[in-house]
Amino acid sequence: MGEMHAAERSRLWSPERVRGDFPALSLKINGFPLSYLDNAATTQKPKVVIERLAYFYAHENANIHRGVHRLAELATAAYEGARERVRRFVNARSVEEIVFVRGTTEAINLVAASLGTLWQRGDEVVVSAMEHHANIVPWQLLAERQGIGVRVLPMNEAGELEVEKLPELLTPRTRLVAVTHVSNVLGTMNPIAEIVRMAHAAGALVLVDGAQAVSHLAAVDVQALGADFYCFSGHKMFAPTGIGVLYGRQELLAEMPPYQGGGDMIRTVSFAGSTFADPPYRFEAGTPPIAEAVGLGCAIDYLAQWDRQAAEEYEQELLDYTIARLRAVPGVRVLGSPQRRIGVVSFTLAGVHAHDLGTVLDRYGVAIRVGHHCAMPVMDFYRVPATARVSLAMYNTFEEIDQMVMALEEARRLLG
Amino acid sequence: MEGLRELYQELILDHKRHPRNFRVIADATAAVEGHNPLCGDHLWLYVKVEGDRIADVAFQGEGCAISTASASLLTESLQGQSVAEAERLLQEVIALLTEGKGSAEALGKLGVLAGVRDFPSRVKCAMLAWRTLEAALAGKGTPSVTTE
Ligand SMILES: Cc1ncc(COP(=O)(O)O)c(C=O)c1O
Repeated sequence: MGEMHAAERSRLWSPERVRGDFPALSLKINGFPLSYLDNAATTQKPKVVIERLAYFYAHENANIHRGVHRLAELATAAYEGARERVRRFVNARSVEEIVFVRGTTEAINLVAASLGTLWQRGDEVVVSAMEHHANIVPWQLLAERQGIGVRVLPMNEAGELEVEKLPELLTPRTRLVAVTHVSNVLGTMNPIAEIVRMAHAAGALVLVDGAQAVSHLAAVDVQALGADFYCFSGHKMFAPTGIGVLYGRQELLAEMPPYQGGGDMIRTVSFAGSTFADPPYRFEAGTPPIAEAVGLGCAIDYLAQWDRQAAEEYEQELLDYTIARLRAVPGVRVLGSPQRRIGVVSFTLAGVHAHDLGTVLDRYGVAIRVGHHCAMPVMDFYRVPATARVSLAMYNTFEEIDQMVMALEEARRLLG
Repeated sequence: MEGLRELYQELILDHKRHPRNFRVIADATAAVEGHNPLCGDHLWLYVKVEGDRIADVAFQGEGCAISTASASLLTESLQGQSVAEAERLLQEVIALLTEGKGSAEALGKLGVLAGVRDFPSRVKCAMLAWRTLEAALAGKGTPSVTTE
């Protein structure tokens, strides 16, 4: 199969260029070379990022924004340098629009908790039917706390949002539309700019969950998208765990009250009351994950050296190949058939529970995710208890897909 | 593939393909729902106790091969047993699966479940039916059990 693959491959990108940068990719699992196809859960980390963490702790470690000594200055510069890299990465207008958080989940919770306090009982949010639990539950908690209504933008069998129904769901009370850029189950890429136009026309804001978009797309431009908030996690884009980003338009962040109280987020504190720092610091109470933020900046630099357009096109070819191979296996049902699918595909195999499939594939060194993928409403929509999910990164190869399909055939023989 | 055949032995596959006592007991003395939220495995275990005997035991649900076979084997081995014997088996299976204590041979057919010991992420699949039985025998009415 190797030769056919070589012909199919994008001439501009070869995963071999980057594979050597990722130590985990040369692991052997049960005697097989690891085929890591669980990138939507978390990506592997390049050596430069791993070494950047060690370098920080060995040469620059101090707390930030609170010291006049040399190390404190180095640490602060590294941390703020990462913020500037993130700003460029998503094309935000200013670094004040970049809030460091733990991940996508915290970013969404921050907006729900903080912006939510400015809303009135009876106000509404619209959430799409294909959201990760992280973009559902914070709104439900807010609904319970404050009597906010939650409406659902439906999807169709192809796994696409029925965007034409959005205007009917938008009322004068709609404050925000919460939608994922790319579905973590179906891979569907949603038409964010169109959703933003509709929402803004009705006076509603838009929060975009970018967790599954940032590592795949050649570029994310929050200004071009028109998103009011854009959230993502470092660990899904080759950076460490524990660091994520909330992008928020400056005018909005400026109006929002603090999310947590503590050090670093204040201007003055007295027992008569405190005043708060400006964004982004208002939302970064306490000592942040400094080394992790620096690691995120390093991952962005790492990505910047590649032709990301070529990588995106290559990943698209690899995804098309994956789906074609899956569809050729008797009993496989691929969930959805969205027009634009990025990096992710879910499927079921008749007679074989996803969990058993995961175990068999693991024996052949193939790492995939099985279960409900923190998106139970999507499982309910397709009336399946669980699915198997293959999710790609720029370092995956056609051979890894072949290995996955071979193991899938084995599972079918053994368990089907 | 070595390890796989130990996990998915013929007996497991047979019970997965043809689960025994896969039905509802309308007049059960205990009906308990078990759920493994991680993988979506879900079952109802029905137990009908008469005096100190298990007059009938059955299950229904949806799950992976391991959890289905485990539940099926459970119903088969407890059918008509005394409640005391069921308690004893329950403790032995739990000890074997979660701590590797005791002997698989002594458990007869149920010993086949010991194959999960080499697959740590699958132990809770095998445990689901047994945790559910534990709640049923404890007479907790119709509670929900999870193996998370
Ligand atoms: C679409 C989507 N949103 C949110 C999350 C949550 O991200 P995190 O766990 O990094 O906060 C994930 C990760 O699984 C995701 O795929």
